[in-house]
Amino acid sequence: MVSAPTIRPAARRQPRPAAVRIRKTRSWSLTAITTLMLIYTLLPLAWLVISASKTQDGLLSTFGLWFGGDFALIDNIGEVFTYQDGIYLRWLGNTVFYVLIGAGGATLLSALAGYGLAKFAFRGRKAVFAVILGAVAVPPTALAVPTFLLFAKMGITDTVWAVIIPSLMIPFSLYLMWVFSTDAVPDEILESARVDGAGEFRIFFSLAVPLLSPGLVTALLFNVVVTWNNLFLPLIMLKDRHLYPITLGIYTWNQQSQTVGGDVVFNLVITGSLLAIIPLIAAFLLLQRYWQSGLAVGSVKQ
Amino acid sequence: MVTRRSWIGWQFVAPFLAVFALVFLAPIAYSIYLSLYRTKLIGGTSFVGLENYAKAFADPQFWSAVGRVSLFLVVQVPIMLFLALLVALAIDSGRLYGASFFRISIFLPYAVPAVVATLMWGFMYGNQFGLIRYFNDWFGVSLPDPLAPNLVLAAIGNITTWEFVGYNMIILYAALRVVDPSLYEAAAIDGAGQFRIIRAIKLPALRGPLLITTMFSIIGTFQLFTEPVVLRTIAPNAILTYFTPNYYAWQLSVGGQQFNYSATVAVVMGLLTMLVAYLVQARAVRKAG
Repeated sequence: MVSAPTIRPAARRQPRPAAVRIRKTRSWSLTAITTLMLIYTLLPLAWLVISASKTQDGLLSTFGLWFGGDFALIDNIGEVFTYQDGIYLRWLGNTVFYVLIGAGGATLLSALAGYGLAKFAFRGRKAVFAVILGAVAVPPTALAVPTFLLFAKMGITDTVWAVIIPSLMIPFSLYLMWVFSTDAVPDEILESARVDGAGEFRIFFSLAVPLLSPGLVTALLFNVVVTWNNLFLPLIMLKDRHLYPITLGIYTWNQQSQTVGGDVVFNLVITGSLLAIIPLIAAFLLLQRYWQSGLAVGSVKQ
Repeated sequence: MVTRRSWIGWQFVAPFLAVFALVFLAPIAYSIYLSLYRTKLIGGTSFVGLENYAKAFADPQFWSAVGRVSLFLVVQVPIMLFLALLVALAIDSGRLYGASFFRISIFLPYAVPAVVATLMWGFMYGNQFGLIRYFNDWFGVSLPDPLAPNLVLAAIGNITTWEFVGYNMIILYAALRVVDPSLYEAAAIDGAGQFRIIRAIKLPALRGPLLITTMFSIIGTFQLFTEPVVLRTIAPNAILTYFTPNYYAWQLSVGGQQFNYSATVAVVMGLLTMLVAYLVQARAVRKAG
């Protein structure tokens, strides 16, 4: 049985007395070895940025890891947003919509449920736990084909609901919120609020949610990544290209470029890819303080 | 635990459970139901018991897909986790210049959608504007083509390693950050060196997180889909429609309209994933005990 760990509030190392502080000498050789890993990580991203600055011809005729003679980044961006009546913007909007409702909803549902499981003793709680923890081992993609078959029977494939409803349930997110609720919301605060006569949902939203915020940011970011990056679910559910999220859109542009007789738009595939990764990378960089401290609590589990 | 007013607890859990029932329990139940039937072109559906399962167990395409992800599992997952462990230890050691820059940079690929990651690497591998061709031309060598049928699995292994090393690293690193510092002080006073500290303090502290990352990696490997599907648009001859079990299930239902058999493949793969995950966990727990 999984049990929540007890973590020091800040979840980071305490400053230690100077007398016993271990002296850390920085090492150039260790830095050099780790730099190899860094180069491996950044190489494709550098390739993407450089390639997004090239025209279709430049891509084929110039070396991939350096800029070609023509700097076409601005032209490419303009073309990405106007090609096929500006459908890229529509795809981007769809993704934002799926992420707001899907990942946002998943975070809310799992925060409520995680808190409910952590803070209330109710009949059937253990059974609920067992079923949901079992579900952590089954990822959404394993269910995509069965869900498609069921949704086809219900007649809701090729609608936004076919993408949104499955995105609402992320068991790992519930697990994180349960660990956080156990750990970060003291029972005494809840008791005193009850004595003051506050309702349970009011207590949750005005007292527990602020205490849970590092956990909420962590869970939200990870739910956003899962939803934003999903290809399998929309690929299986959607036929109408106006409902596509950005991942499926880029995939179809590439497919079309590789098809004999199709319109070759590698420059748009590449520039569209670059534009699609910027929001998530920005979110991780801006929020790193929150999700990294959240992860420290969430990762210490048995 | 705070209160015994049980209906309140249920109110908090109920919305999640409602969605859970709709997108988890119902599809599984429906798949199991479908897997027990056969749809005929004429005459509707008929109950066939375990016939579809017998078919799956004798299906060479299904087993070649399972074999491919199994090979992937025993080669790619250990390499990826070992690299993640090395980087986490290096960053946690406090001996790196610019440690936080390393940490956030190596994590970044996790924020890149698998479609984009596969397209980037696919183009870099490829012969249209790939890098391999340039290196061959410049250095007069002939590197093997990563998109050839015999190498494409390794090429996908490289893509998933690139995508997930940082993610696993950050989980392991987060676990290292909450090790009680007094342990290091005690070890330093006893004169323990870096490697001794890693072996005696850090690795034991990482046992739980390593198990979690292993579990997620096993599950992810058995569900491999996006990378082969996207890479197939670049290398159609190297990737077959039964390249992975998930790909095969998708192909059967969308491409082949064989819904009953597709549901059977999904059910068998779900069971296999759970079985392997369970065996690994049981073994890890026994070793730890």
